[in-house]
Amino acid sequence: MIVTPSPTLPPLRGRESLPAGRQGWGDGGETMALIERFQKTTDITYWEGQIPMSYIYTVGRAGEKFFRELINGKVLGTKCDACNTIYVPAKIFCEKCFARLEDHYLDVGTKGTVHTFTECYETYEGIRKEKPSIVSVIQIDGTQGYLVHWLGEVDFEKVYIGMPVEAVFKPKKDREGNILDIKYFKPTK
Amino acid sequence: MRRVAIVGAGITKFYRNAMETPKELAYEATKMALDSCEMKLSDIECVVHGTAPDAFDGIHMKGEYLSDGSGAYRKPYMRHYVGGGTGVLSPIHGWFHVASGMFDTCLVVAEEKMSSAYPHPAGAFLTIFDHTTEQPLYPTLIWIFAIEMNRFMTTWGYKKEDIALVAVKNKRNALDHPSAQLGAEITVKDVLDSEIMAWPVNRLDISPTSDGAAAIVLAAEHVARRVTEKPIWIDGVGWALDTAYWCTRDLYYPDYVEVASRQAYKMAGIKEPSKEIHIAEPYDPFTYKELHHIEGLQLCKRGGSVQMLLDGVTQRTGNLPCCPSGGALGVGNPIAATGLMKVMEIFLQLRGEAGNRQVPGRPTCGLAQAWGDLMQVGTVVVMRS
Amino acid sequence: MEITEKMVAKTATKLSAEEIQKGEILSVKWTPKLRYAWDNGPAIGRYLAELKNGKIIAKKCDKCHRIMIPPRMFCELCWVPTGEWIYVKDTGIVNTWVVSYVDWKAGRLDIKGGVRPFTPAVIEIDGASKGMGILHHLNEVDPWKIYRGMKVKAVWKSPEERAGAITDIKYFKPL
Repeated sequence: MIVTPSPTLPPLRGRESLPAGRQGWGDGGETMALIERFQKTTDITYWEGQIPMSYIYTVGRAGEKFFRELINGKVLGTKCDACNTIYVPAKIFCEKCFARLEDHYLDVGTKGTVHTFTECYETYEGIRKEKPSIVSVIQIDGTQGYLVHWLGEVDFEKVYIGMPVEAVFKPKKDREGNILDIKYFKPTK
Repeated sequence: MRRVAIVGAGITKFYRNAMETPKELAYEATKMALDSCEMKLSDIECVVHGTAPDAFDGIHMKGEYLSDGSGAYRKPYMRHYVGGGTGVLSPIHGWFHVASGMFDTCLVVAEEKMSSAYPHPAGAFLTIFDHTTEQPLYPTLIWIFAIEMNRFMTTWGYKKEDIALVAVKNKRNALDHPSAQLGAEITVKDVLDSEIMAWPVNRLDISPTSDGAAAIVLAAEHVARRVTEKPIWIDGVGWALDTAYWCTRDLYYPDYVEVASRQAYKMAGIKEPSKEIHIAEPYDPFTYKELHHIEGLQLCKRGGSVQMLLDGVTQRTGNLPCCPSGGALGVGNPIAATGLMKVMEIFLQLRGEAGNRQVPGRPTCGLAQAWGDLMQVGTVVVMRS
Repeated sequence: MEITEKMVAKTATKLSAEEIQKGEILSVKWTPKLRYAWDNGPAIGRYLAELKNGKIIAKKCDKCHRIMIPPRMFCELCWVPTGEWIYVKDTGIVNTWVVSYVDWKAGRLDIKGGVRPFTPAVIEIDGASKGMGILHHLNEVDPWKIYRGMKVKAVWKSPEERAGAITDIKYFKPL
C-alpha cells in the first residue's frame, strides 16, 4: 500500500536547465531581481519527490447503514421532518437545520431521474479512454438526494435530462459494500 | 472593536481510530456547542473552521468537504491552518469576524481525523520539511521535537526525570476529562522505562495521534449577555510566526510564543503575566513543550519552568495550574481540535463548570496557547470572566 | 453547563486497527499518486550543483552581513536581495542531536537486532554565521557519546556517485 520512490519511473521534467541566452549569476555583488536569471548547465533546477501516503477512509455511522444495505440491493436515505428533505446517501444530520436524523432511515428505492449528464473521454489522469463512458447526476425519485454514477445500456445520443433510470446491481456475491456495488443506472422502459 | 465572548462549547470523545467520518465528528461537536447555549443553526451568522493538512485525512480541500458538518450550509465560511497552532488560532479567527462588527455570532469548529493516513499519520509530516535539503534524509517530526528537547535540556541542564513529571501530572488530570483518550495514573519511572522513540523522547513523553472535534460559539457583547449569564470574554489575542529555516534558530527558547503573548498581554492590559494569569493551558504535545511554552509565555523567568513544576505551582491545586484538562498528553492530540479543547477548558474553568477538574480559588483570568508547523507558530488567547 | 461523560459517550465510536484492516468496518482504500517536481530556484540550484563538486556554498547578505546556509536569494530579516556567494568549510559543530529508534513512518528500527539508531543532528557549519545550521546525519560515532559542541567533518560520496543532492554528503563524523 505504500508508494516508495521508484527509480524506474520516468522523470517528470525532461530538462536539466533552461535554454541558454540568459544572464549569469550576478557574482560580483550586483543586486539581482528576484525573478530567476541564471542558467549554467551545471545548475540543478528541480528536485523530484513524492508524498508517499495512502489512505483508508471509514464510511462513518451513516455509511455503515447505507453501504451495508447496498449489499442487499437497497438504497437508504434519511429524512428531516422539519425541513421536509430526504437526503441520499443517508446522513446522520440535516445540513440546513442541524437536526439529528439517525432514527429516520428510509428505503428510497432504486429508481431515479437523470438530473444532468456528460460523456467522458479521458481518465482523471488525462489518459484517453478506449471507450467513452457516460456519467450522470441522478436524482433518486421522491427525494432531494442525488447519486453520481455511470449510465449503461444506453447510447449517449438517447440520454436526456429527465430520463427515468433505475439501478443495476452486481450479482449479490460480488457486492462489497461500496458505491460500485451498483454497476450503472439504465433507462427504465 | 467590539467585545467578543465565548458563550457555548462542545467536544467529541477522542479516539485513536474513530468510525465516524470527519463530517460526522464535526457535526457532533458543533451540535453539542449549539445545544449548550440553546442556540439554533439559524442564529449563527458565519462559520470559521480550523483543520490540519489535507494530507492527514487524504481529502483535498477538506475544510470545504467538512463544512456542512460544521453548520456552514450557505453561510460565510473561512478555513485556516497553522499546524498545531490551529486550535488557538481558531477562536482568534472567529474573534475578528465578530470584533470587526461584521457579524454578531460566529461558530468556531476544529476537527481532525488522523487515522485515515497510512502507514502512519507521522509519515504525512515527511513533506513538512524542505523537499530538497531535508526530505531526502527521511526525517520525521519526532526527530525535530527530540532535537529541540535536547537543546532545551543542554542549555539549562534539565533532567529527563524532572521533565517526565509533566506526563505524570497531565495524564492524571485527564482521568477527569470525559473526552480523554489516555488518562492514566503513571509514575516517572513508567515514563523513563517506556520505549525510546528518539532519545531524549520516550513513548510516554509524546501525545497520541487522535480523531476528534471541538467547537465553540462566539457572540458580540449584546448577544452574549442575552444568551448566557456567564459569558467569557476574549480579552487578548496574539499570533506570530518564526522562520522556516529552523536550523538557524536557537531552539532552547520559543521566541514566536513570546511575540504572540506580548501581543495578547498588551491587548488585555496585562503587565505581569505570572501574577495576573490565574490558570493556563499551554500546548503540550510533548512533555518538555509545556515547560518550553511556560517560559515563552513569560509565566516564569527563562530557565525557571522546571523549578515551578517541582514546586507544585502548576498542579491543579497550585498557584498557576497548567493543563488542568490533562492537555494533549492526557486527553489526546487531534491536531486542530486540541488547541480548541484547551480554549474550552479555560472557558469551563472560568465559569466554574469544569466538574472534577475545577481548580480552586475562582480564577478570573486564563490563557490558552498552541504551537505548530515546523516549530514556528505561537498563538495565544487570554480570556476573562 | 458541564460537559459530562454521558454527553460525550455517543459522539464517537471507538475502532481498533484490526477491525479496519480485516474489513469488519466498511472502508475505501486509496493510494493517491502524488509526485512532484519542485523548482529549486537559483540559490538551492547552485547549492546542489556545488555539493556535486564536493563543496558547500553559502550566500551573504550585504546589509546584516550574515553568511547564510542554505543559500537564499533574499535575506528574510533585512528583506533585500542577497549578495556574494561564499564557499564555506565542510566541518562544523553539533548544535543539538537525537538518537532515534524510529524511521520516517514511525516504524521501529530493529535495535535489538543490531541496527544502529539514526543520529540526525543540527550542525553549525564553519565559515557560515554563528547559529547557521543544517540538518544531517551523524555516523561513525557511538550514539551515546555525542555532545553539544562536538566537532565534526563531512564524509562525502565518491565523485562518480554524487548526483547533486544533500545526500552527496553521506554523514558527518567526529574530527
